Amino acid sequence: MSDSQFEPKIVGFLCNWCAYAGADLAGVSRLQYPPNMRTIRTLCSATVGPHQILKAFQKGADGVFVGG
Amino acid sequence: MKKLVQDDIRTGVFICDCGSNIAGYLEMKELVEFAKTLPNVVFVQENLYTCSEGGINEIKLAIPRENLNRVVVASCTPRTHEPLFMSACEEGGLNPYLFEMANIRDQCSWVHMREREAGTQRAKVQIAMAVAKAAKLRELNRIQLSLSHRALVIGGGVAGMSAALALANMGYEVDLVEKRDRLGGILNELNMILPSNEPPDKLVNNLAARLHDNPKVTIHTGAVVTKTEGYVGNYVATIRQNENENKIKCGAVIVAIGAQPLKPEGLYNYDGKKVITHIELESKLKQGDVQAKNISIIQCVGSRSKERTYCSRICCMTAVKNAILFKEASPDTKITIFYRDMQMYGVENEQLFRKSKRLGVRYVTYDPDRPPRFDGESVSVHHLRMGRDIIVPTDLLVLSTPLVAQDDASEISTMLKVPINENGFFLEGHVKLKPLDFATDGVYLCGNARFPSTIREAISQGLGVASRAAGVLSKEALFTSGIVADINPETCCGCLGCVAVCPYGAINFIENRGICQVNKVLCKGCGGCAATCPSGSARLDGFSNQQIYAQIEQAMAV
Repeated sequence: MSDSQFEPKIVGFLCNWCAYAGADLAGVSRLQYPPNMRTIRTLCSATVGPHQILKAFQKGADGVFVGG
Repeated sequence: MKKLVQDDIRTGVFICDCGSNIAGYLEMKELVEFAKTLPNVVFVQENLYTCSEGGINEIKLAIPRENLNRVVVASCTPRTHEPLFMSACEEGGLNPYLFEMANIRDQCSWVHMREREAGTQRAKVQIAMAVAKAAKLRELNRIQLSLSHRALVIGGGVAGMSAALALANMGYEVDLVEKRDRLGGILNELNMILPSNEPPDKLVNNLAARLHDNPKVTIHTGAVVTKTEGYVGNYVATIRQNENENKIKCGAVIVAIGAQPLKPEGLYNYDGKKVITHIELESKLKQGDVQAKNISIIQCVGSRSKERTYCSRICCMTAVKNAILFKEASPDTKITIFYRDMQMYGVENEQLFRKSKRLGVRYVTYDPDRPPRFDGESVSVHHLRMGRDIIVPTDLLVLSTPLVAQDDASEISTMLKVPINENGFFLEGHVKLKPLDFATDGVYLCGNARFPSTIREAISQGLGVASRAAGVLSKEALFTSGIVADINPETCCGCLGCVAVCPYGAINFIENRGICQVNKVLCKGCGGCAATCPSGSARLDGFSNQQIYAQIEQAMAV
């Protein structure tokens, strides 16, 4: 696959109270961003343990985003 | 993709068009066909609006008809609609925690409006993730709590008194704590109230008498609250009165501690005699102790400045009120008000403003960069319209200073764990949606503690806050969320890692067993303990590793 076709898969852990709300607000504001992220809602970024981040990489994620 | 079917799991997927909000940007038919191929999915339904009465009914009917034991709704955000769909599941006979949402609007169709194909692909993945997580969900139960139907009101000014009386009239026991020796707060220092044109004592005495006569109300004057523990419905407050401390149980706490007028030390040669504040003027007027014939009033002294940027809102009305009272008592008195902008909103205040002009009160605008000066005999100021200085002989200078936060505001903020802003006023949960609530359940705010307000506003807020608190106090029982942490006592080794990270103090160490245990009432479900636990004993059901792993796998598989 050449670089120009590379579409990274990103797993995003978003805290319900801030980052997830922010992502919702991006939608309400109709801000456009590339569709490469898959959102996982968490009740707090504190609940995102190292195992979960490693699991995402193990399963083939090109990037992990933790928003909180 | 390998299809791992668990026989006993039967998932129903409801995909919402949200009118054209989702259907306008994603291929709905493709999503429906895709959902049908997912493991454990036995029923898929597209709705025009899943949240409408019709959509909700379809969920309720499909659960028994299709024998569903998991429900997934692919629509908007769980932050607004999860409670609605959860209760639909409950009414359909399904444990509400066997429900999961896929956000395909706020975080999909609305942010990928020009990428139909890629957006549809993301929606498919989010649906697959939700379906996979749903299969791992377990039934959870909300915990039922008893509560105290008593309220604690901190502050016996007009806002606190109104709140206490309203609650007592609704039938709740109220403890009203006032740090001074008498009720009434700042009203005790005022001379007259306009537009009703009556002494404030009348209002204070009326409220105080009704509070004293009400058997539901316990008044603690000369008392302070020194400590509060607990949570909504079950607070324990320590009240200190004359060196005696006693503890009371209460279900709700109302903060009504008021505010205090700023003493303008160092401004305009303030001395409390010839240069005074409005509150000092009102005390003098009460005693009939004002002889001045040339009175100047300067607005915005110590407010709307660099160090205190806010407008105190009530000083303009106070200045106009006192000017009118002077003019009515002795029409020969010359009164000049130096102002930046007049804040006289509302019909009655506007009428007072006009009346003051009719009575001959003179208004002079000043530029904040060239404020008035006082030399002990006269006020001089650059007149903006004439373009030169004018000199106004003055034998009494009254400074309109703002209300500032009480000295103990930050102490009370720490005690109740509720926020104050940069000026020390208490900060509501949401400026429009929760104007009288704190973000903390069971704690409310009203009156000047929140922001300088008129008497009428303070009373309205007091009544409003009573109704907010009654919303909790009237309940027979409270329910916590089912999503709380749990620690497996078999594998916990008592390392205390979770105790150290828990921000709510919800984990106790049971010494004789050497293990940690979650207090499910205090737990807010943040999952910090689960992420920290080295042995995997702490878990947050609803967001457990297994459930998150299922989502990760689907995120990468599709």
